[in-house]
Amino acid sequence: MRTSGRPSSKVIALLVAGGVSCLATLVDSTVRRDTDLASRQSRAALVASLGLTDLSLFTEARYTRHPAMADLHSAFQDHPAAWDHFPTAAWVGPPQWGNQGE
Amino acid sequence: MTGSPFLALQGIAKIYNEGRHNEVRALADIDLDLEAGKVTVLMGPSGSGKTTLLTLVGCLARPSAGRVTLEGRDISGMPERFLTAIRQRTFGFVFQRFNLIPGLTVADNVMLPAYPLGRPHPELKARCRELLEMLRIGDRADAPVQWLSGGEAQRAAIARALVNDPAVVIADEPTANLDTALTAEFIGVVEMLKAQGKTLILTSHDPRICDAAVVDRVVEMRDGRIVGGR
Amino acid sequence: MNRTIERQRYLIDFTIASLARRRGRNLGLFAVYTLLVFVLASASLLGYGLRKEARTVLAASPEILVQHLLAGRHDLIPESHLAALRDIRGIAAAEGRLWGYYYDAGMRANYTLMVPSDRTIEPGTAIIGSAIARLRNLGEGDAVHFLSPKAKMFRFGIAGTLPSESELVAADVVLVSEADFRAFFGFPAGMVTDIAVSVRNPKEVATVSAKISRLIVDARVVTRDDILRSYESLFDWRQGMITVLLAGAVLAFVILAWDKAAGLSAEERREIGILKAIGWETSDVIAVKFWEGGLVSLGAFLVAYTLAYLHVFHFGGALFAPALKGWATLYPDFRMVPEISGQQIATIFFLTVVPYTLATIVPVWRAAIIDPDTVMR
Ligand SMILES: Nc1ncnc2c1ncn2[C@@H]1O[C@H](COP(=O)(O)OP(=O)(O)OP(=O)(O)O)[C@@H](O)[C@H]1O
Ligand SMILES: [Mg+2]
Repeated sequence: MRTSGRPSSKVIALLVAGGVSCLATLVDSTVRRDTDLASRQSRAALVASLGLTDLSLFTEARYTRHPAMADLHSAFQDHPAAWDHFPTAAWVGPPQWGNQGE
Repeated sequence: MTGSPFLALQGIAKIYNEGRHNEVRALADIDLDLEAGKVTVLMGPSGSGKTTLLTLVGCLARPSAGRVTLEGRDISGMPERFLTAIRQRTFGFVFQRFNLIPGLTVADNVMLPAYPLGRPHPELKARCRELLEMLRIGDRADAPVQWLSGGEAQRAAIARALVNDPAVVIADEPTANLDTALTAEFIGVVEMLKAQGKTLILTSHDPRICDAAVVDRVVEMRDGRIVGGR
Repeated sequence: MNRTIERQRYLIDFTIASLARRRGRNLGLFAVYTLLVFVLASASLLGYGLRKEARTVLAASPEILVQHLLAGRHDLIPESHLAALRDIRGIAAAEGRLWGYYYDAGMRANYTLMVPSDRTIEPGTAIIGSAIARLRNLGEGDAVHFLSPKAKMFRFGIAGTLPSESELVAADVVLVSEADFRAFFGFPAGMVTDIAVSVRNPKEVATVSAKISRLIVDARVVTRDDILRSYESLFDWRQGMITVLLAGAVLAFVILAWDKAAGLSAEERREIGILKAIGWETSDVIAVKFWEGGLVSLGAFLVAYTLAYLHVFHFGGALFAPALKGWATLYPDFRMVPEISGQQIATIFFLTVVPYTLATIVPVWRAAIIDPDTVMR
């Protein structure tokens, strides 16, 4: 008869390994924290000295580059198909042009 | 408890679909005592209620009327959980079509009835190996059951019935699909089990079984009633 | 106690053995579910990390910003307001800010041109954000040519780049001198983009901004709290969208699992009948189904969460970058501070493991009505 381990042992071992790797993410996050917080500090310092107001994550349009500064209430500010930050953009389609009157 | 039979049926009736238009009276007025350590064969034409009687004896179902007594205890009115517990410890089943679970290995199938008992694994494995060796299919232990020949499948089914070391082994039409040589082999297994002190209850039309020397008692049935015996 | 554990281990043995019967199918199911949870967990970690980043980093942004509105749109504000603002009691300092956007047609990228107040830049030179340096392959000592909106070519010598760890806030920033800024945009003299105000006592921000509104009636006053709030809602909204979409996917998956389990096939019913006949209780059969759903979804969760952590905090959310970038060609290359909260992980857990497990167990209650004697025939 088969002598290798029971399926339950293997599966429990795998789950334990998965649990350990999840815990490892916690360890990793604490280990990295000091250096990463230092770099965050330098970001905050730059924000303070330059007087920045926004994250430079989305540079495609005024209202995405500086959401805190822009008047969010006008749709399609910079590109007819650009995403708006209000759900109404899903109902108000971009203007049609080019193939009218064909 | 001396004097009282191991298993007693009194005034048993079984009605399927009671009160509906497709009502079937499968058994009526059955009185039967079975002694421990004996081999009993239920015989009768198709539809005479042999299988139904076995389900009542083996606590798989409850009678519509009458009493089933096991070692002096009335078990006919017990709730499902108790019946399950009794079934686990007292009865081993060899089904007509073996009913092994396809896709699992022979060893896994044999150990299945023991899982809910939570016996230590090494002990259970040893028990399984011992049974497979005894039934001479030790080398097939890791084969998926669908690869087995008819005779091997039957021996796997017998091993499964024995794994919890039950006092009673119940077999429904055990030789229906077997040739003469395999039937003789099965009778050999029955002799071995009887020698170990087990009680066996079989059903069969097969004269090779009914006339075998190990059989202590034959009960003849017809239309849901016992009509004779020897 | 030992028996209970051993019994559950046997039930797990059986569960695995029966799952292994359709190995390809079940592994495929596991892989797809893992992928789904991975995307969900990545979105959640990224959203949470960015929100936390915005909250802590932007806490250093100006306390009050005064913009001029014209016909409901942001307009330039006269420097002449500065003196009046400085007279308001409670205001420590007021400074005009000069900033605007430049579209680099060659690179199809938007830059933010700014005049810094913390350093002096020599006219004819610029300090650039490190994403621009990377995009245009520039370093100190190189030069760039920008075509101004008035169609005049300007040359800037690169005097330096901003530190790379600041990319999350200044990836696209170009710092230039005031003279160059005004000349480049044809920015009218005496005007600034907006005015940054700092207050003496942080508790007085509300009163001070009310005073400013009274002083400059056509102004829009943005406080630091407003900034932080707009980031909260921005990431709430983006992450909420993703969560809603993915919750739909999880739901679809749960329905799939339910459907698969609900129509217990004849084969499965027979199997359950056999198990019950050989002495299994209904609760054992249900336990097997519990393990089936629980092991698959717990395994998927553990694998997916670990992968999502690596993805977001070690590979910068690389798979999401295309979605986050949108139309932009300039994207910051940032390393996020690994911020994780127990509540967040618990939410992902309950969103993925529990419904899947329930969906596999619930239909099997029907197994309770399968009589053990059915297998005799
Ligand atoms: N679940 C059921 N519902 C309705 N009728 C049933 C049910 N099970 C058995 N019966 C009927 O009960 C009668 C006895 O059936 P049983 O299976 O006990 O016969 P048997 O003697 O074992 O026959 P065979 O030799 O063919 O196996 C038959 O008429 C059968 O149709
Ligand atoms: Mg029968």
